[in-house]
Amino acid sequence: MKLTLKIWRQKNATAQGKMETYQVSDISEHMSFLEMMDVLNEQLIAEGKEPVAFDHDCREGICGSCSMYINGQPHGPRQATTTCQLHMREFNDGDTIYIEPWRAKAFPVMKDLVVDRSAFDRIIQSGGYVSVNTSGNTLDANAIPIPKEDADEAFNAATCIGCGACVAACKNASAMLFVSAKVSQLSLLPQGQVERKERVLNMVDQMDKEGFGNCTNTGACSVECPKEISLENIARMNRDYLAASVTK
Amino acid sequence: MAAKSALLKSSLAKKYWMSLTGLFLILFLITHLAGNLVLLQAPEVAAPAFNEYTEFMTTFPLIKIISYVLYFSILFHAVDGILILSRENRNARPIQYAHSKPQNNSIWASRNMGVLGTAILVFIVLHMANFWFKYKFTELPMGAGDLPDMYGLVVASFQEGWYSAIYVVSMIILGFHLWHGFESSFQTLGLNHKKYTPVIKVIGKVYSVVVPALFAIIPIYLFLNS
Repeated sequence: MKLTLKIWRQKNATAQGKMETYQVSDISEHMSFLEMMDVLNEQLIAEGKEPVAFDHDCREGICGSCSMYINGQPHGPRQATTTCQLHMREFNDGDTIYIEPWRAKAFPVMKDLVVDRSAFDRIIQSGGYVSVNTSGNTLDANAIPIPKEDADEAFNAATCIGCGACVAACKNASAMLFVSAKVSQLSLLPQGQVERKERVLNMVDQMDKEGFGNCTNTGACSVECPKEISLENIARMNRDYLAASVTK
Repeated sequence: MAAKSALLKSSLAKKYWMSLTGLFLILFLITHLAGNLVLLQAPEVAAPAFNEYTEFMTTFPLIKIISYVLYFSILFHAVDGILILSRENRNARPIQYAHSKPQNNSIWASRNMGVLGTAILVFIVLHMANFWFKYKFTELPMGAGDLPDMYGLVVASFQEGWYSAIYVVSMIILGFHLWHGFESSFQTLGLNHKKYTPVIKVIGKVYSVVVPALFAIIPIYLFLNS
């Protein structure tokens, strides 16, 4: 198929960027979106032009590297799918596709479609861990009985790959879905109880410092999330934070 | 350290207060509506009843205390929502998308709470200037029940077509605001439960249609009977 691509090009973090138009042809419907981007880049290199920079790594939907705001939606039109798992059969011959980087003050564009998502790393560092003694007598995690329901909920929260689609989708560029998933995956389990209050206070504090917007419960984050992280996590974090701020 | 500002300055705190003042205003609307429905009765019944109701609402001590909580809630909800949260949220995305399809992931009302709220604030100012201010700070002629004639003022106001139209449009706007705001306030406080959340959502939708509709019927009724 033949496609018209409108892509955000920006030389570096400080440069002014703009949308540029490219044509690609002979795109197979079986290609992934990133393979289509590879075709474009080979074409650009052959023409002696600068290829489009974009983040990618595992290309199997689990690493959270790929981003791209495709035709007005993070990771494109298909539900519960990362950009690398999106296939060109979702598009039609002759389509125009808009490809933009995540837009958020907390995710500054580094180059083209690559944004700096280290704000997420700093949020994790501020509390997304459990302190476990590793002296050699560590209790096996599986030896602690955990109700199946709790384990499932914690696991669902833990499927968050930290790609930032929630921030990209939110009209306020809020990181609440990400942070609440990371808070929930630990606060639902016995191992996470010791630092439960401190964790939620510190992670929200760091989230605010990074300049993300506030949550207005539009639910866009969860709809666009490639891992379908539930809004229940946000409610849980709201609850935990309220309890922690009153009692700590 | 983080705990210190947790109940005042954090992003979540701003939302808690937004939610609490919003829920208080939701409760207030019911009492306000209950009083207003008196206006749908025949004039000879409605006139003394409404004047007495107005007298009671402005003099009974407990109601007076609650009215200060109400003024505070309206101002806080507006300042927090329009001046603080909306501004911060705009700043969180300095460069907009060239092509965006938010309608695929969220409802219109949820994305426009600031705009809807601003319109409601303008309405409240107009509403209070016309009724509350006139009742409190000017001498109304005496009417039914030998009381200041609030009933007469209300009826005269709604006999103006444009004035009634503003009220009806404002109630539609209020309905949209509540459509998202009602359930959102519970989510913000973390009041989410498999069993109760679906019920809260249904109550919220019913409330956001029925309450503004009943409010809107009053100016329409008074206008048509003029």
